[in-house]
Amino acid sequence: MFEGLMLGLSTALSIQNIIMVVAGCLIGTFIGMLPGLGPMSIIAIMIPVAISIGDPAAALIMLAGVYYGAIFGGSTSSILINAPGVAGTVATSFDGYPMARKGLAGKALAIAAVSSFFGGTVGVVLLFGFAPALATVALLFHSAEYFALMVVGLSAIAAFAGTGKVAKALLMTIAGLMMATVGESALFNAPRFTMGVQDLQSGFSFVTLAMAIFALPEAFHMVLDPKRSKIGDVAGGEIKGLMITKDEAKKIAPVIGRQSIQGFLIGVMPGAGATIASFLGYAVERNIAKGEDQDEFGKGSIKGLAAPETANNAACTGSFVPLLTLGIPGSGTTAILLGALIALNVAPGPRLMIDRPEIFWAVIVSMYIGNVVLLILNLPLIPYIAKVLAVPRNYLIPFILFFTLMGSYIGQNNATELLILAGLGVVATIIRFADYPLAPLLIGFILGGMLEDNFARAVNITDGVSFMWERPGTLILLIVGVGLIFLPAWRRRRAYARERALARQKGVAEGD
Amino acid sequence: MALDRWVAIIFLAISLVYGFAAYNYPLLPFERNMSFLPNTMPMSLSILGVIAALVILFSPKKVADEGLGDLDLARVREFNILPTLGLVGAMVLYALLLRPIGFLTATALFIAGSSIILGERKFHVLIPIAVATAVSIWYLVQETLGIFLRPWPGFLS
Repeated sequence: MFEGLMLGLSTALSIQNIIMVVAGCLIGTFIGMLPGLGPMSIIAIMIPVAISIGDPAAALIMLAGVYYGAIFGGSTSSILINAPGVAGTVATSFDGYPMARKGLAGKALAIAAVSSFFGGTVGVVLLFGFAPALATVALLFHSAEYFALMVVGLSAIAAFAGTGKVAKALLMTIAGLMMATVGESALFNAPRFTMGVQDLQSGFSFVTLAMAIFALPEAFHMVLDPKRSKIGDVAGGEIKGLMITKDEAKKIAPVIGRQSIQGFLIGVMPGAGATIASFLGYAVERNIAKGEDQDEFGKGSIKGLAAPETANNAACTGSFVPLLTLGIPGSGTTAILLGALIALNVAPGPRLMIDRPEIFWAVIVSMYIGNVVLLILNLPLIPYIAKVLAVPRNYLIPFILFFTLMGSYIGQNNATELLILAGLGVVATIIRFADYPLAPLLIGFILGGMLEDNFARAVNITDGVSFMWERPGTLILLIVGVGLIFLPAWRRRRAYARERALARQKGVAEGD
Repeated sequence: MALDRWVAIIFLAISLVYGFAAYNYPLLPFERNMSFLPNTMPMSLSILGVIAALVILFSPKKVADEGLGDLDLARVREFNILPTLGLVGAMVLYALLLRPIGFLTATALFIAGSSIILGERKFHVLIPIAVATAVSIWYLVQETLGIFLRPWPGFLS
């Protein structure tokens, strides 16, 4: 293995390749900040450039830089303006944006960068050691287990079900699941619920929905309530506390440790990917956290930010296991990378490690170099990136609106999409004022399609729902998922009842 | 009645309409024999939606508003509703005009217009920023990334 590592290092570490990776990281970070252009589209755009380089190792190194840069860029827009342009960074905005509102934008970006780095590092180490073994395990996962995995992913909604809000969070999730059924799906033959609107044939677009329910209500609220935008101005003006303190490092270290492994394992399964890993990471860490730490989730918890950031990066690395060892692209991004590899005359699959070890190891080493360079490049840039929030309100809000419009237009090249965006944005703002949590809607929407497809496949294969209890893997995952959804609400209710009982006792005692 | 109940009532109506549409979904002949139909999940979702909406409608009023101070409905009268509606209107206009008048003009007008709605009056700063943004984003998206955005009005290009 170490021979391979050395081979990879010697291929990857030349001056030309280092320039490539630096350029890739910068391009990825800046383009990734535009909502609507995720790692997948940026890599697709960069493929012609990569191919023109000619040398597969150099091309891959550049693409790895672009990839990590784009992921970091995506987290940046989630944290700073609550506009997650990629599904994998939706969970990042749950705690990243509240932190930015408290004036901790710099720290939030630093935590995101550091936890991504560690997630990627552990991912690469695991990739070194276990790639071939894990590939066989991943194949044991069938549609039944995937369905159960989606249910576990849905449990992330529990984080938004505060006291008296369980039904509201569920209602929003159901709304998201309903929206996911609009348009054509992979398994069925005709579009559903399009109401005759041609533009809805391919369903609601993720970017449009994410912008409409996260970024727009925030921007509208800043206009509606001048006091709120004042908070934003003050917070953005003085970017304090960029450094992560020792206490904070101690707090997030175990989170990073757990989530790198969990995220990697989820990433290994083809089709699950970074999005599920980030939601699951968030849900699991919230359940593990105790007392005050748990209440802090959703309001700017550093643990809540570190968890999804670590998990999605580890999962991205994990998704290379099936690609490199089996030739199966487990996610959209790896599918595009597969295309790039084939164009560069490299065919990933079981023989890659034997036939062209230098490429196999160069891919892994270049992934890691991309990760390191990103950290070195971006940590010094963070104070400047965070300054975005210091832009005066009269300019910041029009720019946020413009970037949401651009994000949903670039993806579809369709002006109707912009009308849908504005409409959904207004509805989402009203729903937010009615005190409904909006994140569950997006979680339901993202997972809905995969949930239905896998469930339908499992039901059609077994001709019934018996797979839920007959397949032990499915059963265990389902129990975990349902437990994660209802346990927090039950725990909170019990704590509340105990508090009331205590108060009553006290009252009686005082009365005596 | 509180706003959240109104939302629940509207959602109840949507669930019923959605359920009705799912129930009447025209199945293709071969689909009838499948165990899982295209309307299986939608029908179950509509039932769950109705239940969730009813639970919200009939649950006792919330104990106390916890930590939601940043969404204060009591101050609704102080809210700047007109500028917000103006911004929504600007977005709709942008959507309608983007193709006919081209990306550059539409974007510069949108950024300048929405800043003016928000009270910006320094035109010597505002107009150059709006134009520079439009041109640089167009250059980045079309020339660098190769995604087509029609820069000028339809009759010019």
